[in-house]
Amino acid sequence: MTMLDAAGTIRHIRYRLATRRRAVTLALCALLALTFAVALYLGDYDVPPGEVLRSLLSPLTGLTDKGIDFIVLNVRLPRATLAVLSGIAFALSGIIFQTLLRNPLASPDIIGISHGASASAVFCIIVLGLSGTGVSLGALAGAVLTALVIYALSWRGGVTAYRVVLIGIGMAAMMAAIMSYLFTRARIFEVQKALGWLIGSLNASSSSDVIGLAIAIAILLPATVLLVRALDAMQLGDDTAAALGARVEAVRLGLMLVAVAYAAFATAAVGPVTFVAFVAGPIARSLLAGSGKGFVQAALVGALVMLGSDLLAQHALPAVQLPVGVVTGVFGAGFLLWLLIVSNRAGQVN
Amino acid sequence: MTIDHQLLAAGIDLGYGERKVVDDLSLTIPPGKLTVIVGANACGKSTVLRGLARLLAPTRGAVYLDGKPIHQMATRDVATILGVLPQSPIAPDAIVVADLVGRGRYPHQGWFRRWTQEDDAAVAEALRATNTLDLADRPVDELSGGQRQRVWIAMALAQQTEVLLLDEPTTFLDINHQVEVLDLLTDLVRHSGRTVVVVLHDLNLACRYADHIVAMKEGKLVAEGRPADVMTESVVADVFGMTSRVVIDPISDTPMIVPIGRHHTGATVVA
Repeated sequence: MTMLDAAGTIRHIRYRLATRRRAVTLALCALLALTFAVALYLGDYDVPPGEVLRSLLSPLTGLTDKGIDFIVLNVRLPRATLAVLSGIAFALSGIIFQTLLRNPLASPDIIGISHGASASAVFCIIVLGLSGTGVSLGALAGAVLTALVIYALSWRGGVTAYRVVLIGIGMAAMMAAIMSYLFTRARIFEVQKALGWLIGSLNASSSSDVIGLAIAIAILLPATVLLVRALDAMQLGDDTAAALGARVEAVRLGLMLVAVAYAAFATAAVGPVTFVAFVAGPIARSLLAGSGKGFVQAALVGALVMLGSDLLAQHALPAVQLPVGVVTGVFGAGFLLWLLIVSNRAGQVN
Repeated sequence: MTIDHQLLAAGIDLGYGERKVVDDLSLTIPPGKLTVIVGANACGKSTVLRGLARLLAPTRGAVYLDGKPIHQMATRDVATILGVLPQSPIAPDAIVVADLVGRGRYPHQGWFRRWTQEDDAAVAEALRATNTLDLADRPVDELSGGQRQRVWIAMALAQQTEVLLLDEPTTFLDINHQVEVLDLLTDLVRHSGRTVVVVLHDLNLACRYADHIVAMKEGKLVAEGRPADVMTESVVADVFGMTSRVVIDPISDTPMIVPIGRHHTGATVVA
């Protein structure tokens, strides 16, 4: 084979990988669009598809119908949008941690960051008597603080993956203990309120939640794009990455900050909805079958899981509205078991 | 590709935390040659390689690349001159060979300079040199140990650096694959004038393939030079604490170390 043919072979293989990547992305986009449409259409009050469309376009066309517009634009649209945005944020947070720490168990809902947000939120509800935005800010601060503590405790002239995972799991246990303690000294209605927050729900979605999270994501996305390129090298191990000229420690710190921020803002908006961060990356990667790092695809999977779970939570049982966290919990726990069984068979957990 | 780059260590101490592993070591890597570092387990040979590769900062002294302290150079600039294959690189799940080897192009790319035909050609050339072109679209997980090691070397080659450092690239390989890898490294030195530094475990292969051999013991340099000049029975005794007979390798005319243990020593040997 001549060198020119050989280069052609490489180009062909890269083209084939890119084609698969594009096909997965398109399929996920289509599925997400379809689910989004269903989310706008389904509900206790029947709105025909044509009316949904008219209502969506009413700010442009001026054709309004107060009742229907309220249902579509002020109830269903913010709820579905918040599901998509929080799904994206959870998924990116999860896949960044999983890639950085080279371990599928290293998502923020397992290594204690979500637990830190939860403990802080429970503290705000029970001890400080806060609600609404106050609780969200408390959750945000709790997530960031927990992440800092985990990073500081893991630091030993650099941060190794397994130390972060183990210390993170320890932090998760400690945060759970703090929550238990807070519950024992709380009044019952406070406990109910805190538990409602803890399960994570889209029931009280408002446009202000949507706008807040959208701004956070808009700020974080460029930083993500900038930093993620270094993962091409960092996926091969720290020494190899440094040898390839990646600034390993700086990129890792930057990516961890970004990942913590995604998890923190999403948690502040919808509560610690479990397992979305955990499942999105592995699902995206198995769809890609080695044809990419899967960040875009994981974000789409996260949005889809969140939106789909919320639809199930709303409509699966007649006359009962479940919080979305119940559905993702059942779905994700099954996935976790499956992952552990499969990786046990392969003889390793990564 | 014949610009000779200068790589040298001047009085470096290297260590991990409080533990000092390498003590006041000075070493000049001869350009355009194959240098092999040998020594007993835990003598600091891999640590020296990591120091030369700027993966570990010396606590004293400095490593110089072309006269500049390597730790003060932009890491990406170093990466276009000096390539490293560490001891246990990690292959991401399900990655295919062409993609993995393509990661070696990382220092040649940027946010605005994406994948080009030049990169395709560099990857193809690296695969050809390591005889792995026919594996290009296979997942790395499915390869044998020897194939995988050649693919990793291809990744380092795709970086297209004049200097290449490899940490025990033959460990866990069958003897035929060990020879194959060392032949490949020799090709790189002889055909494209590269400077190659490699840490090896097998003394006899080291003696056969090295243009320049460096023997280390307890973090210090014991001897360096042409294997024929350096690898004497007394050096082997000093470095490995083992008596041996050094004979001439009938194939390569280089020193061959025949160890002498407590058993199977025959009647003619006086240890």
